[in-house]
Amino acid sequence: MTEAIEQRAAQPGTDARPVKLACRNVWKLFGANAANFIRERDGKASMADVTAAGLVGAVRAVDLEIRQGEIFIIMGLSGSGKSTLVRCMSRLVEPTHGKVEFEGKDLLKISDAALIELRRHRMGMVFQNFALLPHLNVLDNIAFPLSIQGQDRSTREARAREVIELVGLRGREHFYPRELSGGQQQRVGIARSLATKPEIWFLDEPFSALDPLIRREMQDELMRLQTMLHKTIVFITHDFDEAIRLADRIAIMKDGEVIQIGTPEELVVNPATDYVAEFTRDVDRAKVISARSLMRTCDGAEHGGTVAPEAKISSFSASIVAAGKPFAVVNGSGKPIGEVTPQAVIGLLAGIDKPRAGA
Amino acid sequence: MTVTASASQARPPVQRWLLIWVLALAAVLVVFMLQDRLPWAVNYPAEAVVPVADWVSALMGWIKSNLSWLTRSITTVLGVPLDFALNFLAKNFKFGHGVDAYVLPRLSWVGVCAVAFLAGHAVGGRKLSLLVGGCFLYIALFGQWTSAMLTLALISIAVPFCILTGLFAGIWAWRKPWAERLIVSPALDLMQTIPTFAYLIPMLLLFGNSPVSAMIATAIFATPPMVRATMLGLNRVPLEIGEFSDMAGCTARQKLWRVLLPSARPTLMVGVNQVIMLALNMVIIASMIGAGGLGYDVLLALRALKVGEAMEAGLAIVALAIALDRLSQAMAHKQAKGHLHQQANRGLWRRYPNLTLAIAILAVTTLLGLFVPAFAAVPKAVTFTTAPLWKAAVNWVTINFFDIIEAFRVALILNVLNPVRAFCEGFPWLGAVFLLSLAGYQLSGLRLAALVAALTAFCAVTGLWEKTMATVYLCGISAFIACLIGIPIGLAAARSDRFEKIITPVIDTLQVLPSFCFIIPVVMLFRVGDVTAMIATVAFAVVPAIRYTNHGIRQVSPALIEAAKVSGCTPRQTFFRVQLPLALPEIMLGVNQTILMALAMVIICAMVGTRDLGQEVFIALSKADSGRGIVAGLAIAFIGIVADRLFSAWTAKARARLG
Repeated sequence: MTEAIEQRAAQPGTDARPVKLACRNVWKLFGANAANFIRERDGKASMADVTAAGLVGAVRAVDLEIRQGEIFIIMGLSGSGKSTLVRCMSRLVEPTHGKVEFEGKDLLKISDAALIELRRHRMGMVFQNFALLPHLNVLDNIAFPLSIQGQDRSTREARAREVIELVGLRGREHFYPRELSGGQQQRVGIARSLATKPEIWFLDEPFSALDPLIRREMQDELMRLQTMLHKTIVFITHDFDEAIRLADRIAIMKDGEVIQIGTPEELVVNPATDYVAEFTRDVDRAKVISARSLMRTCDGAEHGGTVAPEAKISSFSASIVAAGKPFAVVNGSGKPIGEVTPQAVIGLLAGIDKPRAGA
Repeated sequence: MTVTASASQARPPVQRWLLIWVLALAAVLVVFMLQDRLPWAVNYPAEAVVPVADWVSALMGWIKSNLSWLTRSITTVLGVPLDFALNFLAKNFKFGHGVDAYVLPRLSWVGVCAVAFLAGHAVGGRKLSLLVGGCFLYIALFGQWTSAMLTLALISIAVPFCILTGLFAGIWAWRKPWAERLIVSPALDLMQTIPTFAYLIPMLLLFGNSPVSAMIATAIFATPPMVRATMLGLNRVPLEIGEFSDMAGCTARQKLWRVLLPSARPTLMVGVNQVIMLALNMVIIASMIGAGGLGYDVLLALRALKVGEAMEAGLAIVALAIALDRLSQAMAHKQAKGHLHQQANRGLWRRYPNLTLAIAILAVTTLLGLFVPAFAAVPKAVTFTTAPLWKAAVNWVTINFFDIIEAFRVALILNVLNPVRAFCEGFPWLGAVFLLSLAGYQLSGLRLAALVAALTAFCAVTGLWEKTMATVYLCGISAFIACLIGIPIGLAAARSDRFEKIITPVIDTLQVLPSFCFIIPVVMLFRVGDVTAMIATVAFAVVPAIRYTNHGIRQVSPALIEAAKVSGCTPRQTFFRVQLPLALPEIMLGVNQTILMALAMVIICAMVGTRDLGQEVFIALSKADSGRGIVAGLAIAFIGIVADRLFSAWTAKARARLG
């Protein structure tokens, strides 16, 4: 846990974007007298302490910072506390201890009215089972968050039509949720959460209830939307492949704790624990690992081409193997900082050699 | 050998309980044998009777003399909408007196029938339209129009009241768990175990013999299902929908009224349907305290033994019940549909075409009624009566089959009813208190034992022991026979889809019929007496036994049945070793319901000359003897509560064992 934080701290300046949402030692304990328990211990307790006190630790000592515009994925198996954590962030669940800071302001201290205001205009959430209102049609469902703000019908419907267009549901405005397929229903859910133009967007396992083909399509759709909208996204999933596909950074949770936070590549290359390693084992490494992680210092051999340090191995594996020569890894100004050999790529593809951490 | 030995070692508690029960029964038997020496233990001594009835009378007298301003003002306030509805539907509005009185007509029967067709068409299509409209037309043509509209007027005022009260009580209980646990749930349990009859007396005393008191009794009786439906509906709304409304920034009020309640609509509508049906049932029974309408017609005809008239009014009740039930059910199932966008500012006519049409039809036909008498009242020429036909049929049956029916009746009385009755009435009250509390202790613990003992002792201490046991005997025997008939039917229905399809409409209809209606055909054949009461009760109470058994067997998970099949069970083994044990809690729930329904019905059967607590209430009602009536009512309620609590505890135990 602390390791993970230090690991982030060890790479300062890699991300200059401001912190949008941060958790500072957030705890959620269930059981009698949980608040006193954790306060008496000054926000520190081991799993054994918690269990001994007869409490259940759904979220324990979580520290994390989510930066503006990034896709931050919280990954964990069922029961790992990821859903509780995201609900702590939006205060759907009141944390037992700790701080949740929204743009540096403690969310847990603001009044109910301010919270309602915040949720109305700056937060959006998409749910696993869609949570569409069964008595409203698509248009009214999407316009609902606007309608409770008191917007008049024509304004809110105009906005609703905009987002309907955005998620590709035109022509279905007057369908009821039960008349739509799962994928379409979730498009409604997405459109509804976007109608208020939120700054931070919580997606709680949004694609888990969909079958695999639709899931993939919706992931692409999400990526497409994000390139247009640049929201700060907190995305919950139990599917590591999904996490890798979408994430800027991933936090892996187990038993209420965040075990490691990092980019997909960092997790694959440097798993903090065996548990993380277990997750990353079946990952298609060529799609995760970048040239920077695989490069070595140039030894003077002739280069068959150049690649950027961020380029994923899968993007140039075919050409490097065909060329049979190392490729130079060049930074932004075209200066070589190392090279990647075809042998290393083949080794990675064949799963022979575990790559070392970059440079 | 070793297996049995270890098995018996593993369950000493069961054996211990067996021993305890044998000893307890022996003790009771001894008391019974020694009844010459210990008469106080068998029959509660008359000189020790606690005059609870007198106390209650005194209390009610005090209330009446000191709180009459309150009850009277309630009567007046509630009387206003009620009178309006009665005049509107049944009686005409009269302004002024005597010859100069200006009369505004009631709604035209033609219009109401047309609206019934229209309403059926609007919510359920042509089939429902024909059914609902047909029912109303039937009522009109058989000359029951005015009575039926009186009944309908009472319902139409009581039902919205029940729905609103139930909704708010349900919301309150849902919001405040302590309120649910401490107030609402116990109150609902109590309200639903108390037989309908017992509601009438306090209402009669407080509000007099008037439609208003009938309406209040109806409202109290019919509210619980709405409360339950509201709580259930709100609790069933998926968690995520509640979270969504929070995340959308709903205030608490917006969350409840704009998200949760609309999402719970299907469950709420089931509640509304039940409210309507219970209200109809109660309005019929409440005719004894001045509700008037169809129930009163039945009551009068039964009192005068005019079987034909009773049958006609009874059939009109059935028609009304079916029409209301199917209509409200269709409304519950109807979902908003159609992809047509409704513009915000379209005319009333465009937005609610059916409603506008209905109002127009009613207005036009009622106005026509001012000039064409045939529109105002059902003309005598088109009505016809089947009363003589029924009478002739009954006569024919009694003449031709008198011997058979009489032999059946006498055999039933001599061989079944009388021995059981003698057994029950001779049962030592002390023994009953003891055995029942022992059962309570075994099933749940000391609290239940104490409750059961106290309630049972109340019946004895107030000097009603013999009447209580007469009720228990009739109720017990009817419930037993109902289970004997109902459970096998339920089992058969569970095993054959075809049979289920046949039986479902039958039990649906049986369930819809108000309890009054069951008495009429039976009384035609078997005249008054215990046999009639028993048969009517069995017919009324058989429904839950069938329904719960069928449902219990069918809800056993298919995976378990497949597992049984794969393990090589024969169909017989699958049934007896897997399905039946797993369905047992559900079946017992059905038995519990059967007992409660039998109790409610047995009490109503006082009208056909039983000699039990129901008769006590009946007499008290006619004499307006408050103490006597309320104490008897309480005794009835207590029988229901004892039976219900013991069975619920048993079911809960069985459920816990199955996990």
